[in-house]
Amino acid sequence: MQRSWRRRFHLPAVIGTIPMILVAVGVFVIGIGFSVLWSFTSSKLFPTYDFVGLAQYRRLWADSRWLVSVNNIWFFGLMSISCNMVFGYLLAVFMDQRIRQEDLFRSIFLYPFAMSLIVTGLVWQWVLDPNLGLQAAMRNLGWSSFSFAPLVDANTAIYALVVAGIWQGSGVTMAILLAGLRGVDEEIWKAARVDGIPTWRTHLSIVAPMMKGAFATAFVLQCVGVVRVYDLVIAMTGGGPGIATSMPAVYVIQLITVRQNVGQGMAAATMMLLPVLVVLAFSGLVLWRRNRRQEARV
Amino acid sequence: MRYRILTAALAASAALQFGGPARAADLEVIHWWTSKGESAAVSQFAKAFDNDGHGDKWVDSAIALGETARSTVMQRVLGGDPPGAAQFNPGRQYEELISGGKLLDLTDIATAGKWDQVIRPKAIGSACLVDGHWWCVPVNIHSNYWAWYSKPVFEKAGVPEPKSLADFIAAAPKIKEAGFIPFAIGGDGNGWQIQLLFQDMVTEALGVAKRDEMYTKKSAEIAGGPEMKGVFTQLRALKQFTDNGYANRNWNDTTNLVITGKAGLQVMGDWARGEFAAAGMTGVKDFGCMIGLNEAKPVVSTDGDIIVFFKQNNPDVEAAQKRLAALLISPEVQVAFNNAKGSMPVRGDVDMSTADPCMQKSLKAVEDPANIVTATNRFITENTNQQLNELVAQFFADDSMTADDATAKFATIIGNSD
Repeated sequence: MQRSWRRRFHLPAVIGTIPMILVAVGVFVIGIGFSVLWSFTSSKLFPTYDFVGLAQYRRLWADSRWLVSVNNIWFFGLMSISCNMVFGYLLAVFMDQRIRQEDLFRSIFLYPFAMSLIVTGLVWQWVLDPNLGLQAAMRNLGWSSFSFAPLVDANTAIYALVVAGIWQGSGVTMAILLAGLRGVDEEIWKAARVDGIPTWRTHLSIVAPMMKGAFATAFVLQCVGVVRVYDLVIAMTGGGPGIATSMPAVYVIQLITVRQNVGQGMAAATMMLLPVLVVLAFSGLVLWRRNRRQEARV
Repeated sequence: MRYRILTAALAASAALQFGGPARAADLEVIHWWTSKGESAAVSQFAKAFDNDGHGDKWVDSAIALGETARSTVMQRVLGGDPPGAAQFNPGRQYEELISGGKLLDLTDIATAGKWDQVIRPKAIGSACLVDGHWWCVPVNIHSNYWAWYSKPVFEKAGVPEPKSLADFIAAAPKIKEAGFIPFAIGGDGNGWQIQLLFQDMVTEALGVAKRDEMYTKKSAEIAGGPEMKGVFTQLRALKQFTDNGYANRNWNDTTNLVITGKAGLQVMGDWARGEFAAAGMTGVKDFGCMIGLNEAKPVVSTDGDIIVFFKQNNPDVEAAQKRLAALLISPEVQVAFNNAKGSMPVRGDVDMSTADPCMQKSLKAVEDPANIVTATNRFITENTNQQLNELVAQFFADDSMTADDATAKFATIIGNSD
């Protein structure tokens, strides 16, 4: 009994993880708890405990800006994650061809991720600004009918955000997938070649499934990035034109800081938490069932 | 040993701070006066405070864009680290700061300075005088009801200078043909510039009395009425005369389009006049100003800026805060600040003979109480204000939204406002 307790709770390990546990409990659990609690109150600028039931949620789902934000996050998420994975994988395959100057290329592809989005977002905004960016440059060169101003049109601004999101995210996806590719045993490639399997087929049917871990890591990172996308929107469009590119995180910050409406902002934050909880519960369930099956086999 | 020396040093420095007689203080002031004309104006405050004879120091925290500056102040207050002073617009933006007991009560210096007598019109003082206590210092009167236009642009396009918004809309196609942007506007900060234009149009369409009734009674009926639909229709008409670079443009870059003769007309508060002045323009032959949206019906609104002071639990700092509060409203500082800013001083007993033709128009209009429009911020909270920003900006950006839809949404927001 004594020994098994020791094995489970190794003292130095417990001491080492105490700061992390404190942060996790203090910041995440208690912080989230208060967020949920205040979402049921009529808090405005200062948090209060005047409970109003689900009124904030009702107002939230009647707010057209929130509805636009929710639509945008789905569109932005699906587009940017799928494109990032595809481009990231293709880039990784390209880098894996034993090219010269690999370090240089890797730096170039990783650069967008390393720089602050506030800076790069501003550069994107300038490039796409019709009066001083690409459009103005082409017109000054003599192509007077050239028209390219996606950010100022409510219908196209979200596409510009997706493109910037891909530009930013595909480099890091590439880095993770490249590490995965390098981890695949050289023997497998040789065996596939001996069997006369075309390279693309080897990638798709043999190598990609072996890189499940790398794909999962990249995918989770992308998802987290999408849920909390904030600085990209602020730097490029500020949520505009109108409310066309508003996102949930932008909405929450706007409600809490600018609109002085903490209650409704917390309701929105709680709504953002829900899908994450569902995914967590689902993956927990899958893990639990797998463990049980393994135990049953033993 | 090392620690003991450190502790001694700490104790000594603490003793230095808290011992001794009342001394000068550094006051951090958060504001959003960041354009050329505005920073010229705020430097008048800083100069006066730095030279007040007590050795005080103005620590400038200029944050671009009102909503960003205000939210920074609120976060600092919530975090327990409020600045010495901060700018707000008169109205309901700071009502929770008063009820939450976060502000320094200025009643004693207000009584000493006879603020209730020197501040005119009364509506300006009432933004700070709540339940018999003074919670802030009004520093200027801005009117949101102005249109600024470039005389050379109208001349080159061969159209007469506008006397009303309707005149302008009629002349706009010709200005466009002549190769200018007829109507300059910007969409930054959640679209506040578009809402400013919109509010001017609402007052023009409803008339002052009906507009006040709509906001005080939160009347969804008036807000959903035919006049409001007319406003939205006119707003859509104005959009075709803008350029497509408007989406993220701030107000002073927009004013600059008019200053440099690229655009015809901008609807903006009279802080824009400070930009013209900073560009060396006088308003006699280079730019014109249209009061209200109709010269025949001049109106002046009681918008503007106030300064609040936060409780600091340090008598030295509080004494410095009160020195600054008294200084901000003193006649000399009022004249220097408001001439640079383009606003009217809050007191009627100062010499404004140096004022330019536009300022003379508003000084004349403000004499008749019937011309005074209560600032929209007095009626609505920041929450409602931002909802209206979003609605108007969305309508302006999205051509598929009809005037009927927008009117219905406007009525919902007004009906549900608190």
